Amino acid sequence: MNMSTSRIARAVASKDLRIELRSRVVTNQVLPFSGLVMIMFAFALDNDDVLQRVAGGLVWLATLFSLFILVQRTFAVETYDGALDSLRVAGVNPQGIFIGKAIALFVQLIVLESMLFIAAIVLYRVNVNGSGLVLLVTCVLCATAGLAFVGTLYGGLTAGARGRETLLPLLLLPVVAPVLICATRATESAFRSGGLTVGEGWPWVAVLAVFAAVFGLGGLLSFSSLIEE
Amino acid sequence: MGNDSVINFVDAVAVYNGYPALAGVTLRVERNEIVLLQGPNGAGKSTLLRACAGLMPVIRGTANVLGYDLTVDRESVRERVGLLGHQNGLFGELTIAENVSFWSTVVGASTEERISAMERMAIDGKLAGRRVSELSAGQKRRCALACLVVRRAELWLLDEPHAGLDAKGRDEIDRIVKEAAASGATIVVASHEIERAQQLATRTISLVAGQVRDSQ
Repeated sequence: MNMSTSRIARAVASKDLRIELRSRVVTNQVLPFSGLVMIMFAFALDNDDVLQRVAGGLVWLATLFSLFILVQRTFAVETYDGALDSLRVAGVNPQGIFIGKAIALFVQLIVLESMLFIAAIVLYRVNVNGSGLVLLVTCVLCATAGLAFVGTLYGGLTAGARGRETLLPLLLLPVVAPVLICATRATESAFRSGGLTVGEGWPWVAVLAVFAAVFGLGGLLSFSSLIEE
Repeated sequence: MGNDSVINFVDAVAVYNGYPALAGVTLRVERNEIVLLQGPNGAGKSTLLRACAGLMPVIRGTANVLGYDLTVDRESVRERVGLLGHQNGLFGELTIAENVSFWSTVVGASTEERISAMERMAIDGKLAGRRVSELSAGQKRRCALACLVVRRAELWLLDEPHAGLDAKGRDEIDRIVKEAAASGATIVVASHEIERAQQLATRTISLVAGQVRDSQ
């Protein structure tokens, strides 16, 4: 990454995060929404053993639902007053835009997931020991990087499309299915749900890392063409 | 193409949604000119501006802007061109100062250039700290032009710059355009406000059905 790309990425990321801090979409809409999803699952399943067993999957499912809102929001900011067009006209390096937007999305997702895991510990009474915590943190970092890259990529793809509110989930859900599966398995191992050991979670984390690397690289190479007219 | 030609289109054709929005445009704009593009809705004014900015592909003919052949490379010209369309390209949640600062950072402009751009647009301390979402249409336009200035664009492409502005706002836009031309920029303005824009322009070009009908 050259100086120009790094400067643009920092500017785009800090701009996106500042806008989110001011608009409070994450705190006032996404966090309550995902919190409600967790509570609804708790009421629906209403069984501590089942809840502890499926806690990992519920956290990642709530994350995916919230991802759609966050991705739509991050690109709505760019398209509302034609800023994405202006960035293109200004000849701003698209790789810098991609990295910057992915970083901002990553930070927002990390905040969201932290709250969801706290909610899982409180509501579903799951336990995590020292080695499980290391696995959990690594899993969260790799899965979130993958979600941020793929979310930015597909957000850019659908940014100018008609019906993007419904198009985005339709396109994004099948692509992020591997993240949901791998992150859930790794989280279950971190929570030692259903007799799983922590060691069994690491191969899933490796798949998450590969997923993040593939979509990170794919995004860098293709984002320019995606946002072109 | 002459040394001072900024835009040189010969029989340029551009297609938008399967329709030839530019159907063989021949047009030449020299350095420091202020050119008014006029014509009815759908004549191809906005498409011509977008083609000059390298946003629309020219599929046939010759299209040179600032020495770049747009039929070969549409991207290199962009950093030297500023397009202000119907939208302002601003972020409503940020203040004017933050918007100008963002644009100056992404294009690599210095702090001095950023301050100078805001001074030229008469954006003082109090106004600079206001969020764009709270501004009037004229103030938003001034902020967008400050972002254009900070980009050091050599060719300004303005699409209906007076739209939605009151008399004071329109006067301000005219003053800014004249200042930009005086400082070396070339300006192409598409407008329905013929009388006002003609006072500003050094030349008027009429577009009809994607072709230049008249140039005077």
